[in-house]
Amino acid sequence: MMLNGAEDEEKWLAEGIAGIQHNAFYMHRALDSNNLREALKYSAQMLSELRTSKLSPHKYYELYMRAFDELRMLEMFFKDESKHGVSVVDLYELVQHAGNILPRLYLLCTVGSVYIKSKEAPVKELLKDLVEMCRGVQHPIRGLFLRSYLAQISRDKLTDIGSDHEGDVDTVMDAVEFVLQNFSEMNKLWVRMQNQEPGRAREKRKKERSELQDLVGKNLHVLGQIERVDLDMYKETVLPRVLEQVVNCKDDLGQYYLMDCIIQVFPDEYHLQTLEALLGACPQLQPTVDIKTVLSRLMDRLSKYAASSTDVLHEFLQVEAFTKLSNTIEKVIEVQVDMPAVGAITLYVSLLMFTLRVHPDRLDYADQVLGACVKKLSNMPKLEDSLATKQVVALLRAPLEKYNDIVTALTLSNYPRVMDHLDNGTNKVMAMVIIESIMKNNTCISTADKVEVLFELIKGLIKDLDGAVDELDEEDFKDEQNSVAKLIHMLYNDEPEEMGKIICIVWKHTMAGGPKRLPFTVPSLVFSALRLVRRLQGQEGDIVGEVVPATPKKIFQLLSQIIEALSAVPSPELALRLYLHCAEAANDCDLEHVAYEFFTQTFVLYEEEIANSKAQLTAIHLIIGALQRMTVFGVENRDTLTHKATGYSARLLKKPDQCRAVYTCSHLFWVDDEDGIRDGERVLLCLKRALRIANAAQQMANVARGSSGPITLFVEILNKYLYFFEKGNQQITAAAIQDLIELINTEMQGDSANPGSDPDVFLASTLRYIQFQKQKGGIMGGKFESIEL
Amino acid sequence: MLVPGKIQHIICTGNLCIKEVQDYLKTLCPDLHITRGEYDEETRYPETKTLTIGQFKLGLCHGHQVIPWGDLDSLAMLQRQLDVDILVTGHTHQFTAYKHEGGVVINPGSATGAYSSITYDVNPSFVLMDIDGLRVVVYVYELIDGEVKVDKIDFKKTTTATHSAH
Repeated sequence: MMLNGAEDEEKWLAEGIAGIQHNAFYMHRALDSNNLREALKYSAQMLSELRTSKLSPHKYYELYMRAFDELRMLEMFFKDESKHGVSVVDLYELVQHAGNILPRLYLLCTVGSVYIKSKEAPVKELLKDLVEMCRGVQHPIRGLFLRSYLAQISRDKLTDIGSDHEGDVDTVMDAVEFVLQNFSEMNKLWVRMQNQEPGRAREKRKKERSELQDLVGKNLHVLGQIERVDLDMYKETVLPRVLEQVVNCKDDLGQYYLMDCIIQVFPDEYHLQTLEALLGACPQLQPTVDIKTVLSRLMDRLSKYAASSTDVLHEFLQVEAFTKLSNTIEKVIEVQVDMPAVGAITLYVSLLMFTLRVHPDRLDYADQVLGACVKKLSNMPKLEDSLATKQVVALLRAPLEKYNDIVTALTLSNYPRVMDHLDNGTNKVMAMVIIESIMKNNTCISTADKVEVLFELIKGLIKDLDGAVDELDEEDFKDEQNSVAKLIHMLYNDEPEEMGKIICIVWKHTMAGGPKRLPFTVPSLVFSALRLVRRLQGQEGDIVGEVVPATPKKIFQLLSQIIEALSAVPSPELALRLYLHCAEAANDCDLEHVAYEFFTQTFVLYEEEIANSKAQLTAIHLIIGALQRMTVFGVENRDTLTHKATGYSARLLKKPDQCRAVYTCSHLFWVDDEDGIRDGERVLLCLKRALRIANAAQQMANVARGSSGPITLFVEILNKYLYFFEKGNQQITAAAIQDLIELINTEMQGDSANPGSDPDVFLASTLRYIQFQKQKGGIMGGKFESIEL
Repeated sequence: MLVPGKIQHIICTGNLCIKEVQDYLKTLCPDLHITRGEYDEETRYPETKTLTIGQFKLGLCHGHQVIPWGDLDSLAMLQRQLDVDILVTGHTHQFTAYKHEGGVVINPGSATGAYSSITYDVNPSFVLMDIDGLRVVVYVYELIDGEVKVDKIDFKKTTTATHSAH
């Protein structure tokens, strides 16, 4: 049946337009022949088409516009007295003879427009007359269009009034009064259109009403354009009257539209000065009005206004804009009992954005907003509504983005409290956002207090929150923990005392996170601590401090604790590496016992926890490499450790691994520094032992696989012989090298391996090297002379 | 320059530690060569790697396996073993570049300025190699006190040093 209705409407509109055109034709004829009476007759008939009730606002508008255009011609005719010979005063009288009220009033308004311009009568009286006579039409659509016509044709005359009659305040007042009255009446008509029936009819009505909203709003635009309407007049007259209409009409559609209209039409300067009145209306509006959008838009405009100049900013403080807005929001939330969580939080978000833009230096304001939100959240069950959660996240992100510096956000005491109200998942997401912000801005968190607050904020990542039995996605968990690890590097203070405190706090928190987090976070912390040790190295004596005097010794004690916890996860390989770093650092601090203790821990881990042969090989190399660099050990301690190292080297599972580890141990007995150890004999012992192992490996390979073994081992050992020979180890003779070369050649020939295989290539490059050295001449050349290739 | 598409190969000595870093390097250049450092979580990176670029054979190794750490003569042994013109190693977090007996040994240093027990005051650094025929120019970029300093080293390969073992 809808289709029929639409079709019908089209038909009626067409009929109406036809009617207008028909009568307009005759009206034009009358105008051409200066026939006033005929003109009036036909124009009245034409206007009768507007008496229809059958059209929706959209269609009625089309009809209205046709009539409007024709009336312009008529108005021009009225203006030119010479054409019709009737004075405008008489004309005003004459048109009132029209039969029906609607045409009569349209004609009256048209004449009235000419009359006002002519200034032959006091404007005030005329305007009053017109606006009151229009009361005669109470049908909403017809009445709205009629009054709209009145507003339209009087508009430019009104805006002129201010400038024409200078110093004549009364006239401006009259104009304002006229518009206000027209506005009130139009609003009443508009509100009357609302339909209380539920269902489709109501929706239809709503739509129709919104199509008409600009007709009502136009009046406010006019008020905004009257030049002489200054701040005082706005404050004393205009705003109170408009707000009265808005509040009393109790119509949610109207209230929303009009509040927004006021905000958009009048200058921000006015809003600032009338903030109390404007905001005062808000709690009085219907509960179904989307007040948060209205207030958001207001705050948005005011923010932009504040940015325009510093004088303006001063004004904001003067009128206590923040306090007023804050109070209004509280009142609105209080009054609108059924407002869902998301509504309230959105209001806080808008207010916070406002605060951050207008008063960026007033952290107390920002904190206040957060505090108000906390209070609201506390009176509610834990957030489950995802929209509301999104708004809370927006609230938390705003200070981060504004200040580009987490440190400022950390001083907001209510910030962590807001975070507490998030569900665990979102809490973690927010924590990641915070870390991202720090990383992106390269922010350094430099005091123990701030670190404490920061870790409180990100506690969702640091440990399992209460009741959190979340399924941990492994990838996500890794990302989270790596983020925390990265974060630790951003915690830094030049001052050792403070840095020491920071490290302690970080450890306190990460320790509470449990074993599965330690392998990610401990390395960062350990290296951070080792950096601190290095800084303290130069300093002598103990630094007198409060809780933790930062001395290398104390830090090593802490490190020992930390790495022990790590190894218990279990994470022995990582712990071993970190112990070695600590040993080297202790060496550099001249702390022999501490370094020895770290090596002890290293070996214990190696013995007890590292079973995998590949892991053992790597570990042994790391141990040898570190031990080789130690300078702090006395003879006994050094001997014990090197003995252990060589012993473990010889006991690796695979023979080639053994061989390599053992010949590597040779370096433990030869350090190139001035007072470094240079024990030629023990070097040779290692190399010979390596040779024996290589031989054994050869034999095993022959037996087990029927092929030759790793000849390359011999070439490697040869290279080591050359290394120490060059360094001046007397125990290594040219003859020994010669023998080894021959041995290798023999093995090569015996081997069915192809030329161009790895040992072959290696040998070739080694021999080339020897040749190179021989050709060098001088001492080096002399040494190599006796080696024949 | 560290924009996708400008670099043909990336040679990395290791200790990227987490996959995220490998993924990032892959976005700069898909031809990525990595050897295993002692902190890499990816255990499948090789201990050593060789590759040929133009006229040059390159060798790659993290370097914690070559003791004494940072010792040129020990590194030279590895170079001979891998039979390469250019050996790239790391571990010390200190940029070095040595020319010797027809070969080059390069340590690009630490790209992040990470802590090292071997080097105090690590400056972040990396190396760009421009290989053109028999010539390679090594550009080293170091971040010292907030400023990027660039240096370069030329190396020309003599044809007698090419190996016949093909």
